[in-house]
Amino acid sequence: MPFSKVQGKKTEHKVVVYALSTCVWCKMTKQFLKDNDITYEYIDVDVCEPEEKEQVHQQIHSKGGNLSYPTVIVDDKTLITGFRKDKLKEALEL
Amino acid sequence: MKSISIEAVQARTQADANTFGYHLTPNPDLLQGLLEGLKTNEERYGYPSCPCRLASGKLEYDRDIICPCDYRDPDILEFGACYCRLYVNKKVYESKELPTVPERRPIEKQAKSYESAAETKKAKTETATPPVEAPKEEAKTITALKPKLWYCKQCGYVVFRDEPPYICPICKAKKEMFAEIKTRTDFLG
Repeated sequence: MPFSKVQGKKTEHKVVVYALSTCVWCKMTKQFLKDNDITYEYIDVDVCEPEEKEQVHQQIHSKGGNLSYPTVIVDDKTLITGFRKDKLKEALEL
Repeated sequence: MKSISIEAVQARTQADANTFGYHLTPNPDLLQGLLEGLKTNEERYGYPSCPCRLASGKLEYDRDIICPCDYRDPDILEFGACYCRLYVNKKVYESKELPTVPERRPIEKQAKSYESAAETKKAKTETATPPVEAPKEEAKTITALKPKLWYCKQCGYVVFRDEPPYICPICKAKKEMFAEIKTRTDFLG
């Protein structure tokens, strides 16, 4: 799938963001990660190809997510739904 | 592609907020971002679906998330703001403290956006090499999605949809207050 990578100085955590290009809360999440210099990957699901959408569905579902955006997965284990600064800070040890 | 101005989107949402006694979000950056999202979706799909939800691009699946969505009123009642926090009540507007609003849209409806994308792809593949059973499958899908006429037993509001709205947009009665209008077509030919 076409994940885009944003390079920051902090690379200790694997951060994946499932987002929508139209969603302002997703933009804020990306900006928050950028401001904190965190390396992350993201995918804008609404502009994906149909088969990629299906893959995203399965990926989020397999991690116990509920298809809300943004969904942030930290180190393949912590799933954060919505733009939650407190939870992001906790997971990323900021 | 029809181009829509941000001002037009804002005027429409503001008018709707005024009608229902709500406010638009007090955060100017958030408001701008939400309006831009609505504009993009309206230009992309032909209707302003919620910028914070994945739309299928098919009106029959997205009807409930066209802004103002079916879930706005119950969300504002319970949390003081809608899911994307475009619409808020007076208390939230004045305090400027935006609440976290969980997704109320049923998971089956959300899943449709992904399934329908896969279906479209499947249909395209089938068209390329048409199998014998393809038309039968298509007919089945159309039957399953046939819209009906529903009326609100409280205020008389009538809507033509696959199922009644989550809440009546006029009198706020719950979904259970809607009944189907059974039309007789036998002697209409």
